[in-house]
Amino acid sequence: MAVLLIAEHNNKELRPFTLNAVTAASQIDSDVHAIIIGQNSGDAAKALSELPLVKKVIHVEAAYYENFVAENFAPVIVKLADNYSHIICSANTFGKNLMPRIAAALDTSQISDIIKVISPDTFLRPIYAGNAFATVKSKDAKKCVTIRPTSFDPCESSGGSAPIEKAEPGEEFANTKFIKREEIKSDRPELGTARVVISGGRGMQSGDNFKLITSIADKLNAAIGASRAAVDAGYISNDHQVGQTGKVVVPDLYIAVGISGAIQHLAGMKESKIIVAINKDGEAPIFSVADYGLEADLFEALPQFLEELNKLNTIQK
Amino acid sequence: MKILVAVKRVIDYNVQVRVKEDNTGVVTDNVKMSTNPPDDNAIEEAVKIKEAGKANEVIAVSIGEEKAQETVRKALAVGADRGILVKAEGIIEPLAVSKLLQKIVEKEKPDLVFMGKQAIDDDCNQTGQMLSALLNWPQATFASKIEIKDGKLEVTREIDEGLETIEIATPAIVTCDLRLNEPRYASLPNIMKAKKKPIEQLNASDLGVDTSPRIEQVKVEEPPKRKAGIKVSSVAELVQKLKNEAKVI
Repeated sequence: MAVLLIAEHNNKELRPFTLNAVTAASQIDSDVHAIIIGQNSGDAAKALSELPLVKKVIHVEAAYYENFVAENFAPVIVKLADNYSHIICSANTFGKNLMPRIAAALDTSQISDIIKVISPDTFLRPIYAGNAFATVKSKDAKKCVTIRPTSFDPCESSGGSAPIEKAEPGEEFANTKFIKREEIKSDRPELGTARVVISGGRGMQSGDNFKLITSIADKLNAAIGASRAAVDAGYISNDHQVGQTGKVVVPDLYIAVGISGAIQHLAGMKESKIIVAINKDGEAPIFSVADYGLEADLFEALPQFLEELNKLNTIQK
Repeated sequence: MKILVAVKRVIDYNVQVRVKEDNTGVVTDNVKMSTNPPDDNAIEEAVKIKEAGKANEVIAVSIGEEKAQETVRKALAVGADRGILVKAEGIIEPLAVSKLLQKIVEKEKPDLVFMGKQAIDDDCNQTGQMLSALLNWPQATFASKIEIKDGKLEVTREIDEGLETIEIATPAIVTCDLRLNEPRYASLPNIMKAKKKPIEQLNASDLGVDTSPRIEQVKVEEPPKRKAGIKVSSVAELVQKLKNEAKVI
């Protein structure tokens, strides 16, 4: 039986992690159908149909789908569920909000945030902020699975030409109204997919001091992250938070500045390829996961870091 | 208005969790247990709403072993009026928890149900949304701000792209983010007072819900260890290592 992937998009284009979710879906079954629910989302549906791993696109549109309200989305997917063995989505805030609503309606025990497909019914997933990995086997006939996007490579994005089928919208859920979304626009790479991430913690002492991080991020074409402590203190907005309850990142290079390394922060970054820690406390737990640790005052180290980078002839982008 | 708050007893967030040698789970014997952190935010918000005169009763409910009573008692000590403990042994999956909560909601008829957005043990992030689906109620997940306006709630949600604001009509479910508020500590007099507040005890089996697991936990393992790193003595050395050894810049 085919698997159904729920595409994440912004009505104009696919959100990048949809490609990672397609890869995960294809590891469960090669017959991947993808559903896109939105409004004026024809371009995104077309982009979905061009993914070579996608065999069929189901496109559903209505004005009340414009803002991705889970109460509106879930019934559309539940109605189609009979045709599918698995329903799959990324475990980011879109999928986390939506999938349990579908699973409960289907009386299925959802498997959240998998990092590996072992077989169509068995998956690997982190628990306890990644301090343990559980191998879990679903006994439900129909499986609802969310995938950790950074654990799967993005699929090819061009060359396919899957048919796009229109499906009827469901009814509007009257008791939930979207009001507004405040997206922080940035020219930097997205935190979730950046090759380099530089993050600041409580040690930054103020939002203003994040300038020191910004100038290095500019130089390295890096995304900017933060610990929960820095977000709670108001130094930087919540969309930058890396950790158990924030974003999970696996860049080639992760630079942790003034971050002590609480379990909850490590959960979001310890799979990074190379980890650098800059902290004046030599005993800070962040050093236990760092490939390169520098015990130093960040207010001295960061300007020096920028200076050293300026001396380099070339920097990878 | 009546607010039901679901709280879960979990391994304390400061404990370094260890995997059992037989790979059947994690070590819980003699390990400090606490309320799931965002559930503390959920209780705090409910109590604040009551203190502002917009709710008249806050009920704390927990599902789990006998000792989960401590978690309910803690909620009573910070301002909940009464408690409910639904006793159940073993792993109770979010789907079963949401079915049990549905039974409690049908009995108590709250206007709002609050809980943390995610439990820090299984990291599932499912229960609130599942309960909303079973009740066909609106859901506001990952809430960092709640305003009550004429029987409706305006909720700011933390999403990957930034913030989103939605309006939901009651009855509704809200799952709380850590930034929603600053949970208070229980004062000694309030801890003493909480001992006199009632906790109703039920058994999961009495509620007619099948809580048997649908997911088999095949094994639990340690995650792969990172190889030990080195300390560098200067920024110049760090940059050289990143350039020439790690080749990442």
